[in-house]
Amino acid sequence: MEKYIEIIDAVKNFGSVKALQGVSIPVKKGEVVLIIGPSGSGKSTLLRSINRLERLDSGRILIDGESVTDPGADIRHIREEVGMVFQSFNLFPHLTVLDNITLAPICVLKKSKDEAIESARRLLAKVGLSDKEKAWPEQLSGGQQQRVAIARALAMNPKVMLFDEPTSALDPEMIKEVLDVMTELAREGMTMLVVSHEMGFARAAAHRIIFMDAGQIVEEAPPDTFFTSPREERTRKFLEHIL
Amino acid sequence: MRGSPFSDRNTKTSDKTTINVTDGTLIPLKDEGALLSAWNISFFGAIALLILLPILSPDPYLRILSFVPDGLVATFSVTLISIFFALLIGLFAGLGRISQKRSINRIATVYVEIIRGIPLLVQLFYIYYALGPLLRLEGPTAAIVAMSICYGAYMAEIFRAGMQAIPRGQMEAALALGMSRSMAMRKIIIPQTIRIILPPIGNEFIALLKDSSLVSILAVSDLLRRGREYASTTFRYFESYTVIALIYLVMTLFFSRLVAMMEEKLRHRGKVH
Repeated sequence: MEKYIEIIDAVKNFGSVKALQGVSIPVKKGEVVLIIGPSGSGKSTLLRSINRLERLDSGRILIDGESVTDPGADIRHIREEVGMVFQSFNLFPHLTVLDNITLAPICVLKKSKDEAIESARRLLAKVGLSDKEKAWPEQLSGGQQQRVAIARALAMNPKVMLFDEPTSALDPEMIKEVLDVMTELAREGMTMLVVSHEMGFARAAAHRIIFMDAGQIVEEAPPDTFFTSPREERTRKFLEHIL
Repeated sequence: MRGSPFSDRNTKTSDKTTINVTDGTLIPLKDEGALLSAWNISFFGAIALLILLPILSPDPYLRILSFVPDGLVATFSVTLISIFFALLIGLFAGLGRISQKRSINRIATVYVEIIRGIPLLVQLFYIYYALGPLLRLEGPTAAIVAMSICYGAYMAEIFRAGMQAIPRGQMEAALALGMSRSMAMRKIIIPQTIRIILPPIGNEFIALLKDSSLVSILAVSDLLRRGREYASTTFRYFESYTVIALIYLVMTLFFSRLVAMMEEKLRHRGKVH
């Protein structure tokens, strides 16, 4: 299959900190790519450059042939098609669960209210929270909030989903419910880039694992070879810490 | 009146989601027993005096009380119109203060610094007398213009602090959903900001209500000026100003309780539903 997302020689510095030092990743349609690495390795920065929450200093990113990094890019249109899930959920606390999900479809995609509500209910059922549509975000557990956040992103009918450490802020017993939703999404053929250290998810759903350190890609491989026979010494050391 | 532009002692940012600007009166919340009982003593004491004094000694208290209501209307009109424009100015100046466009940011910041550095009384004189030949504003209009501009600067700082208290992830989540920056401000940031800045805004309203007594100098027949008019024709200075002080006290205490109730209600919204 052809490349769906192309990250070409991405470079980003925060002052003297070199977050990305020439990273290139191609992603095929329907592929699930897991990015792992120690904190400060640039993995979140990389993910956040894909929908331009961070601007690259140099390099290019293309999604389905459309440039994200070009200064004249229609970034809002691109963001409509790139869903993002954050570590801290970032639900809108002044809106109910249902309104969190329907806001962008109504305001950005100009869907009718009825249509937006209908698809929001379908998504809530999918993430197992049909009974929570009238709840306020602060009434929900972390796992429930993150599932609402996934539903909110899916409501835009994205072609790509980005997950930025989606389970890092969760208590252990809530991690599974979020990973189950993500695994289901991967099975349905969603193109996904996931920054996470969840090895269970990696084995169940990832097609490829990319290990980053100090702003560079150290190694990439399919999950089975990645865990059993990593080539690089740095990868081995890192795996010893997290497995 | 107000502190210097460099002093932040009026603005205390305690944590990320609550801002606490103390300026008007003390705001008695339900869970603060001592303050609430102080409020009860002051409020009901003032009301009792305003009822008892005219009964016990109708001359001059009843006469004063029937002389000042026009002033009350003027005081409220000036206060309400000024707070409306101050909020409008404050919203835009506050947005300017956090704008990433340097020129807009500079203009808003310079406005806030200049206005906060000049006493309100001087601003009133400046607009009415110094710019009088140019603007030719009537007393009440000049008063409203000066108070709006002055309080707009304070409101700007409240709006700025409130908007900056909203976690950055809120804007990022909105942008990631394809919203424009201005739509994200309108739908996500400002509604949350209003919730946390309502108490400080209520406080500013009370401060403005009190400061509106300054406009009596510009030939505006507000509450204080009506009291002075009565006093100067009857020489009943003590009685006149006692009544005026009591009326101000009842009003400010009433509104501070209202602000407290609003704050309690907002605090619970989203939890009980």
